[in-house]
Amino acid sequence: MNLIDKNRPFNFKFDGKALQGFEGDTLASALLRNKIQLVGRSFKYHRPRGIMGAGSEESNALMEIHNQGVIEPNRRANMIKLFDGLDVRSQNRMPSLNFDVMAINDFLSPFLAAGFYYKTFMWPRAFWEKLYEPLIRNAAGLGRLSTNPDPDRYDKGFLHCDTLIIGAGPSGLMSALIAGRSGARVIIADEDFEMGGRLLSDPQEIDGASGYEWVSSTLAELHSMPNVRLMPRTSVFGNYDHGIYGALEVKTDEINAQGNIKGARQVLWRIYSQNTILAAGATERPIAFANNDRPGIMLASAMRTYETRYDIDFGKYAILSNNSSTDKNRSDQTIDTRADIWIADTSGRKGLKSVTLNSGEKIATNWLGMSGGWNPNVHLTCHKRGRPKWDDVNACFCPDPNTLPDAMQVIGAANGEFTTHAAFKGAKKACANLGHKSGKSPKADDAPYEVGAFWHVKGKKRAWVDFQNDVTSKDIILAHQEGFSSVEHVKRYTTLGMATDQGRTSNVVGLAVLAEARGDSIPDTGTTIFRPPYTPVSIGAFAGPHGGQHFKPIRKTPSHKFAEENGAAFVETGYWKRASWFAKPGEQGWRDSVDREAFNTRRSVGICDVTTLGKIDVQGADAGKFLNKVYANTFSTLKVGRCRYGLMLREDGMAMDDGTCARFSDTHYVMTTTTANAVTVFRHLEFVRQCLFPNMDIHLISTTEQWAQYAVAGPNSRKLLQKIVDPEFDISNEEFAYMGCQKITVCGGTRARIFRLSFSGELAFEIAVPTRYGDTLVRKLMEAGEEFDVDMYGTEALGVMRIEKGHAAGNELNGTTTALNLGLGGFVAKKKDCIGKVLSQREGLIGDDVLRMVGFTAINPNDTITNGAHFIKMGDPKDAAHDQGYMTSIAYSPELGHFIGIGFLKGGDKRKGEELMAVDFVRNNHIKVKVVSSHFIDPDGERLRA
Amino acid sequence: MIINHPLLGPRDAAEFVYLGDASLMQRPNPKSETAAEDFHNYQYLRNNPAGEHKELWYHEQGDRSWLVVTRNTLSHEITHVELARDVARSS
Repeated sequence: MNLIDKNRPFNFKFDGKALQGFEGDTLASALLRNKIQLVGRSFKYHRPRGIMGAGSEESNALMEIHNQGVIEPNRRANMIKLFDGLDVRSQNRMPSLNFDVMAINDFLSPFLAAGFYYKTFMWPRAFWEKLYEPLIRNAAGLGRLSTNPDPDRYDKGFLHCDTLIIGAGPSGLMSALIAGRSGARVIIADEDFEMGGRLLSDPQEIDGASGYEWVSSTLAELHSMPNVRLMPRTSVFGNYDHGIYGALEVKTDEINAQGNIKGARQVLWRIYSQNTILAAGATERPIAFANNDRPGIMLASAMRTYETRYDIDFGKYAILSNNSSTDKNRSDQTIDTRADIWIADTSGRKGLKSVTLNSGEKIATNWLGMSGGWNPNVHLTCHKRGRPKWDDVNACFCPDPNTLPDAMQVIGAANGEFTTHAAFKGAKKACANLGHKSGKSPKADDAPYEVGAFWHVKGKKRAWVDFQNDVTSKDIILAHQEGFSSVEHVKRYTTLGMATDQGRTSNVVGLAVLAEARGDSIPDTGTTIFRPPYTPVSIGAFAGPHGGQHFKPIRKTPSHKFAEENGAAFVETGYWKRASWFAKPGEQGWRDSVDREAFNTRRSVGICDVTTLGKIDVQGADAGKFLNKVYANTFSTLKVGRCRYGLMLREDGMAMDDGTCARFSDTHYVMTTTTANAVTVFRHLEFVRQCLFPNMDIHLISTTEQWAQYAVAGPNSRKLLQKIVDPEFDISNEEFAYMGCQKITVCGGTRARIFRLSFSGELAFEIAVPTRYGDTLVRKLMEAGEEFDVDMYGTEALGVMRIEKGHAAGNELNGTTTALNLGLGGFVAKKKDCIGKVLSQREGLIGDDVLRMVGFTAINPNDTITNGAHFIKMGDPKDAAHDQGYMTSIAYSPELGHFIGIGFLKGGDKRKGEELMAVDFVRNNHIKVKVVSSHFIDPDGERLRA
Repeated sequence: MIINHPLLGPRDAAEFVYLGDASLMQRPNPKSETAAEDFHNYQYLRNNPAGEHKELWYHEQGDRSWLVVTRNTLSHEITHVELARDVARSS
């Protein structure tokens, strides 16, 4: 009996050749069915290689899946479920699998021993980057990536369960049955597309019937339980803190090049479990003997799997074994090392022809199974720094019960209990520990597993330990001779166990060879550390659906559509799309638009969307007291109906953020923050509220998204607003002075807030309405402003006008500047404490020589001032030792007709009129500048009080 | 990791923002004669224990509460979770 459905043939291509397989095949079994032995080339020596395993442990049979120019490289042939139309190609060969020019490396192997790169490419130093690196990179790597975008969809999911069972062999299935019957929420995951584990591969009986029958009746019962979730093709690859596991579910191996795949190709699951039963089985290890890597030599257990489950007929073949597990193979001849016979050499470059025994006897065979014993799959017991312990009887590393992750039990072969009988017993006990009782276990195979300690055949020829990375026993011995005797050093020096299979088949054999070289025992030699992932996980799965524009959220203001209609170019700030400028027909570039917007606002009136500024509602009896703590200046004295500029410091004394804060009642303030810092400031305020002053009567809520807000600026702004503000509200200069705020209604009863604030330095207002009215409001404003030639303006024109006014913004509040640097030293209130006050007075942050914010103009009006330039005194060398400060913001001022800049200059407040060099090595632009006041326009503020 | 929020029950650590040592809650007295020294120590000196550590986590993707989480830095075992506000009030 087998699991192949010969009534359902599939056509597939291997290196362009049309072949046929069946439903139930993996790519590996289908290749074997077609008598194909040579399937790949090794990494370093480009040795011809064949299929080695039958599961995820495969080291040799790595393939590229192709579909219309899209390539997925390094896929293990045994993990690809065959489907109709599969197009795979061998990799790491040039030009073809049969004739690979890089196989020259195999003949140069005496020069390519362990540490070859370290020893060879040391000097001359000048060759590192120009010659060695391109050469090595060209030769290195497995498989190729197509440079096309990945057309597939990946998804992420979250699952919760009482018990996670990893592995669906006899122990896993039995555990699921017992736990499922007692009502527990169970997830059972297995990387294979068929559940059953070795019961599908080793011929054996359970309760007098075949293993297959027990598996299918058990699966039928599990499927009928609503509390049990079966997850085939799901590889649990990592164990993380607090019972969290990472798992990769492969839905299909097809590539979605034609848009033919519905849904996700792979799903990355995060599984939260109360407890875990690890039933991950064991992996057979090879034996290192001369030329043990020929196509046709594979693991003995893999041969049983292909014989039993996939119905492959190998004909006559031999087995090299040091243990009793190979008794189940259908081989004709067993070479048992326990009887002191072994293989001295093999022949057949592209396919095995014969093996020569130590007695000199030569056996002609095309296939050889090898078994050096079994390694329990302990990886998941070690992801949290657990270390396995050596079991002398079974000659393997087993999980150490003292270092297991919390709530994990290990059973079956994963725990070094290799019989089916022991697997059932382990399941029964593990479930009993979780409070699930069970009846009598089925009767199953209980023949003892016996293993001898035979790891490698000594000799002059190369004997492979790590097949994928081409590490031989000679390399390990050489590494030891050169002083790399710690197992971690040997791993890195030889690359043992560092291939995509993470040393599944090679690690313990490598350790045994090293232990012998050291004259030490295996447990004293130690193991390397197992880290996630257990099997390769594609980056696409980690990214999930969060690619392209879904990589991060997009926030749009209520008038986004209006801005789009008016030619806005957008910039991203704190996920928001903000309009940078609004291009009008005939404008040649962004500067045309920005100059027009700034000029027009100063001449008549402009409107800017300032919805994105953070808005935080601060309410409570202690609101004023609280704001005194978080702002450097005083807010408790602010009168109702007034606003104030506020500067917020970090506790280390540096400026954190700035904005305005309006008081609407004794207990109600509305704070604004910069767009980019809205989240950080809110987090900080909650910290101050909850952790530092927990007894203040104060509540905070973000209202950023509840209000749409627009700045209306320019000499005609009041006239414009008077057309839409309802007549009962007076916004004349007498009744509504600069820095006033009030609650009003607009457009006949829509509630709104109006603030007389100015960032541009003109007579200006900010008007806010509930978000849903934002789009309507901006259209009404534009309509009402038609008679004043109103323009929208974006963040660029906003920036020009604030530089003209000498207002600090993000470039100046860069995390290294204090209130004093910003020219706001007077803001730090003398009489009260605030966050950051004490440390802002530190030595080095105060004094006459600290950086002060000032303005700059070019002495030659045709020169362009550049951002980031450093100031050097005339005649001084242009170096860091003579640095006087740096330029932070620059703009072309349409009002003044030349470039202006603001920046920080040592003692700059007392240096007005001085001439300096502004040195910019990045753009190679060194120009003469003059220190001026940073208030380029209307320094006395007459316009904004008009 | 899973943080057992005192009000909301077990929540994934991804919902939280980490700040650091819970000693940040003990802001020095700014009026003290040694305020400069005290604030320097408060701002810049932290213990970095291999073992139990009281630290501040902010439930930003949740109820916005600051928590004091007692976590073993070696094993990531979390033994105690409190609302920072309760801790601050009782100290």
